[in-house]
Parts: sequence; C-alpha cells; structure tokens
Amino acid sequence: MSWAFLRDLLSGVNKYSTGIGRIWVAVVFMFRLLVYVAAAENIWKHEHDEFECNIKQPGCENVCFDHFFPVSHIRLWALQLIMVSTPSLLVVFHVAYRENREKHHNQKLYKNPRKIDGGLLCTYLISLILKTGLEIAFLVLFYKLYNGFKIPRLVKCDIKPCPNTVDCYISKPTEKMIFLYFLVATSCLCIVLNLGELSYLIFKYSTKCYLKRHVKKQQ
Amino acid sequence: MDWGALHTILGGVNKHSTSIGKIWLTVLFIFRIMILVVAAEKVWGDEQDDFVCNTLQPGCRNVCYDHFFPISHIRLWALQLIFVSTPALLVAMHVAYRRHEKKRQFRKGDQKCEFKDMEEIRKQRFRIEGSLWWTYTSSIFFRLVFEAVFMYAFYFMYDGFRMPRLMKCSDWPCPNTVDCFVSRPTEKTVFTIFMIAVSSICILLNVAELCYLLTKFFLRRSKKAGNSKQQPNHENKEETKQNEMNELISDSCQNTVIGFSS
Repeated sequence: MSWAFLRDLLSGVNKYSTGIGRIWVAVVFMFRLLVYVAAAENIWKHEHDEFECNIKQPGCENVCFDHFFPVSHIRLWALQLIMVSTPSLLVVFHVAYRENREKHHNQKLYKNPRKIDGGLLCTYLISLILKTGLEIAFLVLFYKLYNGFKIPRLVKCDIKPCPNTVDCYISKPTEKMIFLYFLVATSCLCIVLNLGELSYLIFKYSTKCYLKRHVKKQQ
Repeated sequence: MDWGALHTILGGVNKHSTSIGKIWLTVLFIFRIMILVVAAEKVWGDEQDDFVCNTLQPGCRNVCYDHFFPISHIRLWALQLIFVSTPALLVAMHVAYRRHEKKRQFRKGDQKCEFKDMEEIRKQRFRIEGSLWWTYTSSIFFRLVFEAVFMYAFYFMYDGFRMPRLMKCSDWPCPNTVDCFVSRPTEKTVFTIFMIAVSSICILLNVAELCYLLTKFFLRRSKKAGNSKQQPNHENKEETKQNEMNELISDSCQNTVIGFSS
C-alpha cells in the first residue's frame, strides 16, 4: 500500500469528472503528491534527530519536541492528501451502483450511467462540498496547531524535566517554511478549483432545468 | 506516486510532440530525473548530518546550516523538474478535449466524422495546427520561463554554482565567527555543474523547437496567402479540407501508447 494506490484511485475518478475536475486531479498529482513524495518527505525525515536543545538533561529534548510538534507537519500533509482525495470515491461508488442496477434488472435504466445528472449530480456536488470543507479544515488545523505558517529557528521550552527555560533549535526551518507555504498555496488553488466546479455545475443544471420548464410551459 | 507516474503522463504527450520535443523528453528523463534519483539524492543524502561546525555550542550547527542552505539543491531540482514538466499537461488536456469532441461527433452519427470506430479516435495522432499549435507553443514558452527562473534562483541563492568547503558563520547562538565544513563539496559541485549544463541543453532544445514551430507557422501562412491569390477562396477551402482529411486518415494508422489523457 503506497501512494500508487491513491494515484490509481484518482485516475479512476478522472473518468467521471468535468473539465475542471480533471484540472483538479492534475494539480493534486503534480503539485501535491509528487512534490510530497519527491521533495517534502525528505526534509522532515530526521526532524527528531536534528532537533537540538541547549541542555544535557536526559528527556528534555524528547519532551520539548513532543510539546512543539504534537503531530508533525509532514503527517498532517499526508492525512490532508488522503482525506481530500477520498470524497471522490462517493462518485465512483454511485456509478458502480448504477451499473450494477442496470445489470441486475437486465435493462437500460439510465440514458448514460456515467453522465452527471439526477442522483449522480447530487453525489458529485456533495463530494465537492466535502473536499472543500476538508481542505479548509486542514488549513485551519495547520494554522491553529502551529500558530500560523511560520517555523521559527529557536523555541524556548521549560517543561519538566528541563530544569529551566531551555533554547531548542529546529532543523531546516527555512526550507520547511517554504514547503509549508507551497502546501498552503496548492490547497488554496484546489479550493478555488472546487468552488469553481461547484458554481459551474449548479449554473449549468439550473439553466437546463429552467429551459426545460420554459419549453414545457410553451407547449 | 513517483517519477515513474510522471513518465506515464508525459509519455502520452510524446505522441503529439515534434521530434525536438521527443528529444527534450528523453534528455529530461535520462539526464535529469534519472541522475537526480540514482545519484544526486545519495550525494546530498547526509548533508545535514555531515555538516560540521567547529563549536560545541548546541544549536549553532542547525542555525548555520539553515542560514547557508535555505532550500537544499536537491529539493530545488525536484521542484524545477516538476514545474518544467507541468506545461506538457496543457497539451495533454487539449488533446483529450479534441478527442472528446471527436467521440461526441462519432456518437451522434455525424456525417462529417471521418472515423470508422472509437479505437481509431483513441489512437489518432493530432497534428500541431490551429488551436493546438497555440497550446503547444505556450507550453514551450512556459517551460523556458520556468527553466530560466530556477537557474537564476540557483545562481542567486548560492552565489554561483560552486560549493565551498568552508563557510564562516556568526549567527546567534554561535558565540563568535565559527568555521563550518560542508560534506562532499567537490562531488556536489560536479553534480551541480552537470545539472546546470543539462538544464542549458534543455533550454536550447526548447528555443530550437519554438523557432521551428514559428518558422512552420509563417511558412504555412505564406503558402496559404500565395495559394489564395492564385485561386478563388471556396475552391481552396475544399482542397485544404480534403488534404487535411487525407493527412488525418494516413496518420491514424500509427499505433502508439495511450497516455494519461485517455
């Protein structure tokens, strides 16, 4: 089980997406997954070993690291990628349900089981809303957990067993901050794409509905 | 998800590229991505562990390393490769959109559609003309811009392309000016120069491809202008349409790999 699974999942979703949905998949692949695997993972690889405190007291470094990094940035990033890709599964399941139903009844129940209309449209819209919600939730979590998106070079720690206020130094803070900003930028881009897709679908289908009603009235 | 997945995505675009574009892709994968993964990552692998400063002051090493390497070479290269590969996706999306339109025409049973079945549409190789020409040319332009920006960023951040053996650091909490020693400076310099050289080759290939496309565009335009002067317009349109159809039918005989866009 690795990121290849997520990649295959998203490739499957690509088939049932709108044009904006496909751009979203491309952004997630290229600017989030690939950057995570190829670059970001290695920056945080030895973060605990390289975290250094100006004290010889055993246990102080461990306790301070745990206090300042309850959940590491890189793990939150990975969780965000997984959570944000998962709502697309709803669409895949719904299409599979439609196709199964047609097979079971042995007749054509839908004009095109893969076309985004009726129930599938609702599922698609729900998946978009969930994706956007999860993106915003993770950004807020990042902001609250780490007091903004800055990573300081020095943090002061006075938790037991540290005997007094001790200076602790974080490794590669500038590099980590650059990639954190990159994460935030790509998250915001994905939120914009999701909202764009949502507006596009709502507009498209409401005009379709309106025109249908208009034609019926004329008849 | 790794560089292999990028290869699959870009492989699909390769089908619709010019010959120079195909050479560019080969250079990208063999001399940049492969070298990065197989060699460069190992050279920079122990960079912070083996970055040694002549002081026992805790925190001084961390702070000095962060000062001299705001972003590691290896990460910059990875970002450069990702950004430089991304414009090709524009072409992939445009091709996918055209294919989608042709499939829609075919399904509607349009008389104008010249394909016999869906397989032909899927395997069709599009010529770089019309709106696809503009997409392709803009993708090359963006590639050039990204390459140039990253090369400049490298030069600006590291004051040239040489990795020094010794760096003097006096950031707090270092008690005074401290000597810090970089691990494997010569090997890192060699790889940096190699990657810069291959970047430059890629820039030259992109410029050549851009010139080739512009030359082709202007030649085609002057040919059309010349033809329209000799013959009436409506006859010419029929002839060019027939020529295009013949070209499309002959091109559709080529069987190649189906990429990301399908």
